Amino acid sequence: MSEPVLSVRGLRTHFITRERTVKAVDGVTYDLHPGKTLAVVGESGSGKSVHALSILRLLPEPPAKVVGGEILFQGQDLLKMNHEQMRKIRGNRIAMIFQEPMTSLNPVIRVGEQIAEAIVLHQGLTQEKAMAKAVDLLKKVGIPHPEERVHDYPHQFSGGMRQRAMIAIALSCEPDVLIADEPTTALDVTIQAQILELMKDLQREYHMAIVLITHNIGVVAEMADDVVVMYAGRPVEHASVNELFKNPKHPYTKGLLGSVPSIYERKERLEAISGQPPDLSGGFVGCPFEPRCGCAQARCKTEDPPQFHLAGPRMSNCWENEKEAEQSSHRHQGEKTGASK
Amino acid sequence: MSAPLLEVKNLKKHFDARKGMFGEKTTVKAVDGVSFSVMPQESFAVVGESGCGKTTLGKLVLALEKSTDGSVVFDGKDVSKMNSAELKKMRREMQVIFQDPYSSLNPRMTVEDIITEPWVIHDMHKDPAERAKKLAKLLDDCGIAKSYLPRHPHEFSGGQRQRVGIARALSLDPKLVVADEPVSALDVSIQAQILNLLKDLQKERKLAYLFISHDFSVVRHLCTRIAVMYLGRVVETADSETLFNDPQHPYTEALLSAVPVPDPSIEKRRKRIILSGDVPSPLKPPSGCRFHPRCRYMKETCKTNDQVLITAKSGHETACEVLPFKDKRSDAALVAL
Repeated sequence: MSEPVLSVRGLRTHFITRERTVKAVDGVTYDLHPGKTLAVVGESGSGKSVHALSILRLLPEPPAKVVGGEILFQGQDLLKMNHEQMRKIRGNRIAMIFQEPMTSLNPVIRVGEQIAEAIVLHQGLTQEKAMAKAVDLLKKVGIPHPEERVHDYPHQFSGGMRQRAMIAIALSCEPDVLIADEPTTALDVTIQAQILELMKDLQREYHMAIVLITHNIGVVAEMADDVVVMYAGRPVEHASVNELFKNPKHPYTKGLLGSVPSIYERKERLEAISGQPPDLSGGFVGCPFEPRCGCAQARCKTEDPPQFHLAGPRMSNCWENEKEAEQSSHRHQGEKTGASK
Repeated sequence: MSAPLLEVKNLKKHFDARKGMFGEKTTVKAVDGVSFSVMPQESFAVVGESGCGKTTLGKLVLALEKSTDGSVVFDGKDVSKMNSAELKKMRREMQVIFQDPYSSLNPRMTVEDIITEPWVIHDMHKDPAERAKKLAKLLDDCGIAKSYLPRHPHEFSGGQRQRVGIARALSLDPKLVVADEPVSALDVSIQAQILNLLKDLQKERKLAYLFISHDFSVVRHLCTRIAVMYLGRVVETADSETLFNDPQHPYTEALLSAVPVPDPSIEKRRKRIILSGDVPSPLKPPSGCRFHPRCRYMKETCKTNDQVLITAKSGHETACEVLPFKDKRSDAALVAL
């Protein structure tokens, strides 16, 4: 296995105000390898977007504060970098595309200039050369007549074309990591299919690693290699995409997969998760999912489950998996001692 | 076969528009000759992408928008010919659930006022004991706790607000509920709760739904018959199972193949039909078949011949003259697995 290009270790981002502290992200850990896609799945308020903004240090501080963990990009901790170093990484080595292509482009600047801006800044090309490259990029992301469209303003583009333009900006410096925050949520399904296809093609070409943040389970199944499921700011399960869908371990993952209707089968009833997601201020005694969990036991109310590492390797944040975790760690240690002999 | 509860015939809604501030006058044909019928207790879906005219269609059915041409017949009476007193009476029978539970509830009213306002308007259930009984049943059916009644909408999450919106729509015991994207603003786990609720309510209260949505998976779960819209027209109507297994219009076929399936083993095997380009502007719809510039089965005649709905099989209508007559679709497996 290659070295991970991005390693997030125990990331904790809190929003601290005078009245209260909201633990928006609480202990996210994963490795991202070149050319692979990691999906971060969760519902609104699960902390998936805040985690992404924390990586690029785009959150307003205060009230946001990264209170723990490290984010290793090619071995260097992004959290220890100063603003100047961070600017060299942001948009250059790690790029991001946002959910709302309508609001994330500047409406009074031509699309071409917005693409060229990053190229001039990071690669030191002249404005003319950067504009020529912008035309190439628009062509690459499938905008028809790029020589003319490069002079358009964002409002002259449709939603799908704006998202393509966003991708062109993100790709302009051939980043190592692309963070895509709900890139297709605002788009129609046929346009969504076009954009996902484009992302896959470009990933192959540039050997990019992608962090895909989404709430759409179907998109996860299509795009991801590995999946982190988030609930109430913390990762509750982490597994390869096949393992996760075939054999989900955490009750929340099971509920989430059961809630999704599919065009391939007509279920009589969806297995909805009852209740509402919890309030994140104040912290938890016990497991945050316990009030909504169908298989909660007495200890779930009082004892917060740790992250159990299972064979695969995979992780689950549920007491149910405690036994399995012990077995797999024994086996793991057995292998290790076997190897050292 | 009983008479249809709702019959829409050749319905049209054209909006005047200008190209730019001083440009020439044009018309946007948001709904352009749509016909379908909904039987009592049936759940009928209208599916399409943004800009296809599905929401305008819903407004026309509810008589919230005046049609340019055609008719909407509800329970044997033409809605477009009703005066305001008749409309008021009709609205007891036909109610609506809106997409956005954040903007469709009055923030200054309590939950109780919102749910019972229709009774005040229609002068119903004035006896306090009867009112209390009706309200209790309604709350129970919609999964709303009694303690919510004196509270205001802002105190609730999206799913709970949508329950309030549903209770309000059902307070008059309607026969037909027009639901315009009722779950698209909700998270999946909450969406599943509301879908289950809508299904239960339909069974218990013998409701008919006109369900307007862009999401095929949701529609498949809830609805028995489906109309697919593209640029103001219905391009295909069929039973839900038939439509999913054997689509007879190239647009439906492409739409179905574009929907991601929550199962990686299917996803890795599946080939997609990727439609090129965007939906054309309704200001300038293409000549002939409106789908022809994006269609992979396009023939020369499609550029000039305007397509009408033809019956491909019993109960299955399509506005395509090519796909239903293709012997073997080489890649039928694409969609049908």
